[in-house]
Amino acid sequence: MDIYRSHVIICGGTGCTSSNSDKIEEKMINNIKDKNLDKEVKVVRTGCFGLCEAGPIVVVYPEGAFYSHVKLKDVDEIVNEHLLKGRIVERLLYKEAFSEGKLKSVNEIDFYKKQRRIVLDNCGVINPEDIDEYIAYDGYMALGKVLTEMRPLDVINEIKKSGLRGRGGGGFLTGRKWELTYNANSDIKYVICNADEGDPGAFMDRSILEGDPHAVIEAMAIAAYAVGANNGYVYIRAEYPIAVRRLQIAIDQAKEKGLLGENIFETGFNFHLEIRLGAGAFVCGEETALISSIEGKRGMPNNKPPYPSDKGLWNKSSLINNVETFANIPKIILKGSDWFREIGTEKSPGTKVFALGGKIKNTGLVEIPMGTTLREVIYDIGGGIPNNKEFKAVQTGGPSGGCLTADLIETPIDFESLSTFGSMMGSGGMIIMDEDNCMVDIARFFIDFTVDESCGKCTPCREGTKRMLEILEKITKGKGELEDIDNLESLANTIKQASLCGLGQTAPNPVLSTLKYFREEYEAHVIDRTCPTGTCKDLLSFYITDECKGCTKCSKACPVDAIEGKVKQKHIIDRDKCIKCGECISQCPFDAIIKK
Amino acid sequence: MKSLEELKKIRQEAKKRVVLRENREGIRIVVGMATCGISAGARPVLMTLLEETKKRNLEDVTVNQTGCIGICRLEPIVEVYKPGEEKVTYVDMNEEKARNVIAEHIVNGNVIYDYTIGAYED
Repeated sequence: MDIYRSHVIICGGTGCTSSNSDKIEEKMINNIKDKNLDKEVKVVRTGCFGLCEAGPIVVVYPEGAFYSHVKLKDVDEIVNEHLLKGRIVERLLYKEAFSEGKLKSVNEIDFYKKQRRIVLDNCGVINPEDIDEYIAYDGYMALGKVLTEMRPLDVINEIKKSGLRGRGGGGFLTGRKWELTYNANSDIKYVICNADEGDPGAFMDRSILEGDPHAVIEAMAIAAYAVGANNGYVYIRAEYPIAVRRLQIAIDQAKEKGLLGENIFETGFNFHLEIRLGAGAFVCGEETALISSIEGKRGMPNNKPPYPSDKGLWNKSSLINNVETFANIPKIILKGSDWFREIGTEKSPGTKVFALGGKIKNTGLVEIPMGTTLREVIYDIGGGIPNNKEFKAVQTGGPSGGCLTADLIETPIDFESLSTFGSMMGSGGMIIMDEDNCMVDIARFFIDFTVDESCGKCTPCREGTKRMLEILEKITKGKGELEDIDNLESLANTIKQASLCGLGQTAPNPVLSTLKYFREEYEAHVIDRTCPTGTCKDLLSFYITDECKGCTKCSKACPVDAIEGKVKQKHIIDRDKCIKCGECISQCPFDAIIKK
Repeated sequence: MKSLEELKKIRQEAKKRVVLRENREGIRIVVGMATCGISAGARPVLMTLLEETKKRNLEDVTVNQTGCIGICRLEPIVEVYKPGEEKVTYVDMNEEKARNVIAEHIVNGNVIYDYTIGAYED
């Protein structure tokens, strides 16, 4: 075994990889070799650290120096100063990780302080492409315990007692689902992992698979043992190349170690696992559509019942759980259901991972105990709204969810509270909006997404969402009438009640919740023909105020020559020519151009 | 995988490779590795310390490097921080001395006064 005095951890999540963390890794390894340090220093690429805003992230152990925004050109300095001479490069430290001349540990950073990482425990710590590192942190111990010490019903009872609920959106009791599958009369059974994460702005499941793929594999094997299955599928979208690759590596390594395949732990239990790639249709996240897609058919949903636990894949009883749900299982088995119940709330035990995005300082991936309030997530963990703007609303649940307003900011995050106020937990997207976001435009954005993704099988969803989009576009273009708002509302309610699957049933939520909390914004578009936030282009015009010094920057920048004026004289915008691109506003040094 | 025992064995071996990444309260051994330290031969000392701690399975011991400690003429310098005890500074180190420090000071708990900066100044 090689001995290393230092480990350099480089984030290999999708966010950091897209800002070149792969090249940083390559250069780091080369530089370390050049300095003859390759026998002393080990470079490890891990999953997502969560603090994507500060990426690419590099952490050097044993000191735990947390470097953020690392560029390729910084690699030399880290190697020469820190790794060779032991001098920490203060300039590159994440600003909160360093105070009064002392390094703070990662857990003391505000972003991590209020988090409770169970599912993301290994992300940013282990190398997901090395099964031994997973085993070092008790990996596959839960599977071993289950196979050698527990009967299938014991496993199901333990999961039932834990109160774990499906993290994919619905919040159905996981143990109950396992029990239904266990009781189903079927000669063959299947275990399926739903990794078809499709909400715009959501990347929880992606990050789990990228950072800790073995946790999902182990959990699926446990589930298979509990319900009596010997085959499993992970249905994952092909647009997640890093996750797919790491999952395949993990499956291969588990096979090689005999943790997948025949006669695992010499107990006679067999489990075979395969990946099925999805083509990225949002509807395939719906379980019956997902099953059709695995079967090679067009990904369209079917009526329930029969539920997949009765007649699922190839008409055989099937258990479908989402990635994050599975990732909780090994921890519950090892630490017990009582331990799990102590985290979170009575009805929603455990934690939930959220992808924090939109108008928030610390964009990234957070895991919080259920019951944490929206305020804590947005201000304490997320760092608040950038540029001193006012918080307006938070959107949860993606295209199926709704908005919660500023006066609901003390709402605890759990399944019940969110749906009480017209939103939903969903899979965990959380988009923060500030005073500049037009709520009508937000609703339009989500409906536009649903129109694209509607599979077309049932009329309410196929036709209804299209008509909703038409009305919303009419309103944002300033051509709406008051009755349009009423029509929109009644149409939304009809789609909600009449659609076949979850996609259609929840698609109107963004419209209904914005109508509920921001009706006056809709009315402003229709009655006053203005967009209060200045988002809807068709409803606003650009003006040059008396602040104009006649510097001519705007007229040079205008792509359509719509600005006229002489040097040192106030300029004028020709509103017939203006395409409202906003280029002049970004160029003006005097803030003399306004839109209203 | 044949048994839980086999898995535990793999875990034990694998644990050694990742233990560095955890926050630990334990003994810290620091080697001065600025230009002065390196040119005086600090690297073989560092490697010896690493080898010895691994060989003896001293899991609560962290070996690390630091910058110039300030008395360049006495390099290579090794400092030992034991929780609750005063820092001990060893000077003019070499590989053999490093091995002795691990055996006597770290394992048996006896400071080797002959190697310390106090003894040298005498």
